[in-house]
Amino acid sequence: MLSEEITKLIGQTYDTSIFEVEKESIRRFADAVGDANPLYWDAEYAKKSRYGSIIAPPGFISSLWFWGRPAKQSKPGPASATSGLFSLIDNLSRAGYRYTLDSGIDYEFFHPVRAGDTIKSVSVIKDLIERGGKEGKAVFLVTETTYTNQNNEIVAIARATYIQH
Amino acid sequence: MSRQLYWEDVKEGNEVTPLAKVATSQTLVKWAGASGDFNPLHYEEAFAKASGVDRPVIPGALKRQWLIQLMTDWMGGEGTLKKFSCRYRAVDYPRLMRTMTEPQEGETWWCKGKVTKKYLLDGECHIDCNIWVENGKGELTTTGKATVTLPSKS
Repeated sequence: MLSEEITKLIGQTYDTSIFEVEKESIRRFADAVGDANPLYWDAEYAKKSRYGSIIAPPGFISSLWFWGRPAKQSKPGPASATSGLFSLIDNLSRAGYRYTLDSGIDYEFFHPVRAGDTIKSVSVIKDLIERGGKEGKAVFLVTETTYTNQNNEIVAIARATYIQH
Repeated sequence: MSRQLYWEDVKEGNEVTPLAKVATSQTLVKWAGASGDFNPLHYEEAFAKASGVDRPVIPGALKRQWLIQLMTDWMGGEGTLKKFSCRYRAVDYPRLMRTMTEPQEGETWWCKGKVTKKYLLDGECHIDCNIWVENGKGELTTTGKATVTLPSKS
């Protein structure tokens, strides 16, 4: 049984972070993927495209949580280092669930993310389910993150599932 | 970038142009830095073994990003990715490096897809696809769905 300390987190916002989208981080991201689309790095090409400037690949925003800074900053490190999600994962570790497996993601994209944007992400724990199985017990953690740009437009929503085992 | 795909070019049952990918141990280091995900499962052998796999595995999120590229390459610059989802079904191990820049021989992953539905919604030309990553043995280690909108010739 998950402790009340853990289950009371369902429905809670565990992280609010802010990220300034720089064209160099987009370029490095595209390079790591091996995606040579010039919209992500060629300013001249992007200028002539319907976007008018460099954009980030869909999915880039998921790196914002790792690299973004906490809305209430206390250290120079990324938001993830002080996020409520990592303290939840620590709590689950102490309950015997030491390993995190990324299980999948659902995205809805509403607006492009451009170099120069300031994106705010707000993450909520949607569900925490403990299940027993043949290969042992695991906890399914479902999160929902809403990404908003500096014009208060929601650019994307991501629902992610993690398995703690 | 390939040529622009138009709504009129696509039929239900069509194949999405396949995309070949190779991930190496070096790719995983780059991905960790670029994505900011420093889960030791993707770089520390002992940790990976303790968590139940043979050695560091390719992050699901990198395979997600391959599938996103499959769609954005196919739809072209005038297409828009509206929805995307994927599930990581099985682990994949990266190739090791032979030299500082060249991978060893080994597995190539193929990102593939098939058009399942073509329809108009809110005046926009929508295409739904099933998408997946196939490992070197032809097993589907990641599966998903994507919805794009395409420009029309008319």
